[in-house]
Amino acid sequence: MDLHYTAGETAFRDTVRAFLDSHLPADLQRKVRQHLRLTKDDYVRWHKIVAQQGWAAPAWPVEYGGTGWTAVQRHIWEDECARAATPPILPFGVNMVAPVIMAFANAEQKAYYLPRILNCDDWWCQGYSEPGAGSDLASLKTTAERDGDHYIVNGQKTWTTLGQHADMIFCLVRTDSTVRKQEGISFLLIDMKTPGITVRPIIMLDEEHEVNEVFFDNVRVPVSNLVGQENKGWTYAKYLLGHERTGIAAVGRSQRELTFLKQLAMRQNKRGAPLLHDPAFAAKVAHLEIELMALEMTVLRVISEEGKGPGPQASMLKVRGSELQQQLTELMVEAIGPQALPFDPDFLDGSAPHSSAGDDLAAPLAAYYFNYRKTSIYGGSNEIQKNIITQMILGL
Amino acid sequence: MDFNFNQEQQQFADALRRWVDKDYRFETRQAIIHSATGTSDAAWATLAELGMTALPLPAGAGGFDGTAVDMLLVMQELGRGLVVEPYLATVLGARFLTLAGGHDGVLEQVAGGSLKLACALGEQQSRHDLHDIATTATASGDGFVLDGVKTVVLHGAQAGALIVSARSGGRQDGTDGISLFLVPADAPGVTVRDYRTIDGQRAATVTLVQVVLGHEALIGQAGQGWPVLDAALDYGATLLCAEAVGAMDAIFAATLEYLKTRQQFGAPIGKFQALQHRMADMFIHLEQARSMAMLAAAKADSNDVAERRRTVSAAKARVGLAATFVGQQAVQLHGGMGVTDELPAAHHFKRLSMIALTLGDVEHHIERFIAQPGFLPTETA
Ligand SMILES: Cc1cc2nc3c(=O)[nH]c(=O)nc-3n(C[C@H](O)[C@H](O)[C@H](O)COP(=O)(O)OP(=O)(O)OC[C@H]3O[C@@H](n4cnc5c(N)ncnc54)[C@H](O)[C@@H]3O)c2cc1C
Repeated sequence: MDLHYTAGETAFRDTVRAFLDSHLPADLQRKVRQHLRLTKDDYVRWHKIVAQQGWAAPAWPVEYGGTGWTAVQRHIWEDECARAATPPILPFGVNMVAPVIMAFANAEQKAYYLPRILNCDDWWCQGYSEPGAGSDLASLKTTAERDGDHYIVNGQKTWTTLGQHADMIFCLVRTDSTVRKQEGISFLLIDMKTPGITVRPIIMLDEEHEVNEVFFDNVRVPVSNLVGQENKGWTYAKYLLGHERTGIAAVGRSQRELTFLKQLAMRQNKRGAPLLHDPAFAAKVAHLEIELMALEMTVLRVISEEGKGPGPQASMLKVRGSELQQQLTELMVEAIGPQALPFDPDFLDGSAPHSSAGDDLAAPLAAYYFNYRKTSIYGGSNEIQKNIITQMILGL
Repeated sequence: MDFNFNQEQQQFADALRRWVDKDYRFETRQAIIHSATGTSDAAWATLAELGMTALPLPAGAGGFDGTAVDMLLVMQELGRGLVVEPYLATVLGARFLTLAGGHDGVLEQVAGGSLKLACALGEQQSRHDLHDIATTATASGDGFVLDGVKTVVLHGAQAGALIVSARSGGRQDGTDGISLFLVPADAPGVTVRDYRTIDGQRAATVTLVQVVLGHEALIGQAGQGWPVLDAALDYGATLLCAEAVGAMDAIFAATLEYLKTRQQFGAPIGKFQALQHRMADMFIHLEQARSMAMLAAAKADSNDVAERRRTVSAAKARVGLAATFVGQQAVQLHGGMGVTDELPAAHHFKRLSMIALTLGDVEHHIERFIAQPGFLPTETA
């Protein structure tokens, strides 16, 4: 056992840092650090900068434009991005649909979509959930009926993250309703400009437009947009869900947020001394920091086993990672106390340079707290993750 | 970065596991803890034969120079097997001597298995602050005279010699003026009152009345004992973390097995989601604790003192939380069986609960973690 990074890995980290130092635009960095909202252009701008460098899809095979990095190098990259406060590379294209395309799509689909995903030419969104199919995803009802060389799609998807910007949506649709519910599902790629598609915003607790409902009314989708075989979509969906298992813990981002929290708590006063000197508050922060240290080690342990294929350990990382992200936002709000009350959407979305309530660092934090209640729900709620742990790891 | 253990480390652990499974089964262990001495000479002899007493000792004293990482696996096996022999007390005692230098003859005896040690550090008032020392060491001739009472000295009565902390100067709760001594258990003026502990081990109250020691009894420098004491305690806490992980592995496996076999309402109780999610939470606690035990082992030997303290405290706090949670849940999930003396898991629970209180509880280590450099931010936002 040797818990040190090798000289090569440390050198790699330096390379990554040098790239981030010179290429991360200061305005984007500031927005991410200060918990302000990102626009479509912010995401696309950063994705293209990284794509230019050839690092937009580190986990992909080199033949498709991946990096050939080891799992540890990919971890270092994510970690450094998180520390530097880059916008995220959105997962829907690179980490979700692309692996399915690589594994199951035909040559033509691969040749068309993969380079476009790599370069962020299309904005992708994920059409899995439906009003009646959340945790029980396989009970989805959106239908796709064959009509010559088209499918006619009818139904509704919901919770579609950033679907308002999307060019493409990858959907699970029902192509056979006479069989067991997992067996009649297909995986379709749908152009969002197709007639019959309506996108309706869902506004979150923090008044952010982050998710949407997507309605399909007799939407004609070419059969050539089917990935793999008809009625085999559930297999692909599960493949996708099992993919990309370590980034999910978001340890790097939480470490950055921990530093932010501490700095924040040093600026707040409690009875004449910095809040972080208060034993009760400091103890909460310390517990969180220790839990994060343990999670980082656990992530590294999981990574070091990579090659054994994606595993249910991702569920453990998701549960802990999301809980810690939530606790961080909770402590931030606790730290600022009554300053959490002012709500300033103009400042959050960048149209006002400063918060009208005074403290620019404090202004976004309550919204951030409310927004982050999502982390234990999306991507398979924490209860569902625990079901996966008990069934796949513990065999109960 | 490499989380694997090498072949040698694995061999030590495997040999120990085979011995525990064959000769240190639960019934054997129960008989040992109810025997007059509470330990087994035969078991000790085997531990020595298997190289366990030599493993962490310096090569110069007939040891194998084993690192804390080597010891991680050993302690895990002892935790799994609920071994009650005075191993931790002995290797921790040896750690003091190794850190301070000198006493090679004593270390040789320890490595060979012919001498057991115990550490007489705590006192009635000290709680977890083991620099709070009322026992006095008064200079006399070229040596010292010791007076004081040491409490809950683990395996104090089974040891041939004691590591004793005493104050030769400074304030009672200060870190200056601490001296460490190697005291033969049969030295005139030493009284050792032996008793059982709730978790099946032995401990003693050690009373020192006018114990006259020569200068050779001193470990390290007079009045300068704190860095050695602090480092040894970190080493001990690291070993306890590893032992706890082994005990949690055992209690977790037993509970999982029970959930799969115990039938109620026409189904194995593991089919009930309320219990499944508790198992998932136990699993997550266990894996987080395992990660921290590894991290502590990787840093326990470090020369970077602040980093060592920070990491060991983080680990001891995290493992302490997990030990309590996993232990309590395991008992609950076993229902009535969980609170009986027959169930090995219940004994793992007792051991885990006491480990959480030994060499610093969660609160103590959280406070210490907060006090280390790096907790407060260097820059402001
Ligand atoms: C911000 C956000 C973004 C999202 N983005 C997308 C997206 O881009 N694309 C997409 O397809 N989906 C997306 N989702 C949907 C997300 O995956 C679902 O919300 C999630 O799977 C939970 O489903 P549900 O909301 O219907 O809750 P339900 O399934 O109705 O669950 C309600 C509660 O019951 C619990 N529960 C349900 N079943 C069980 C069980 N068997 N055992 C124990 N507890 C159970 C759940 O944990 C939860 O606490 C997003 C959701 C959010 C909040």
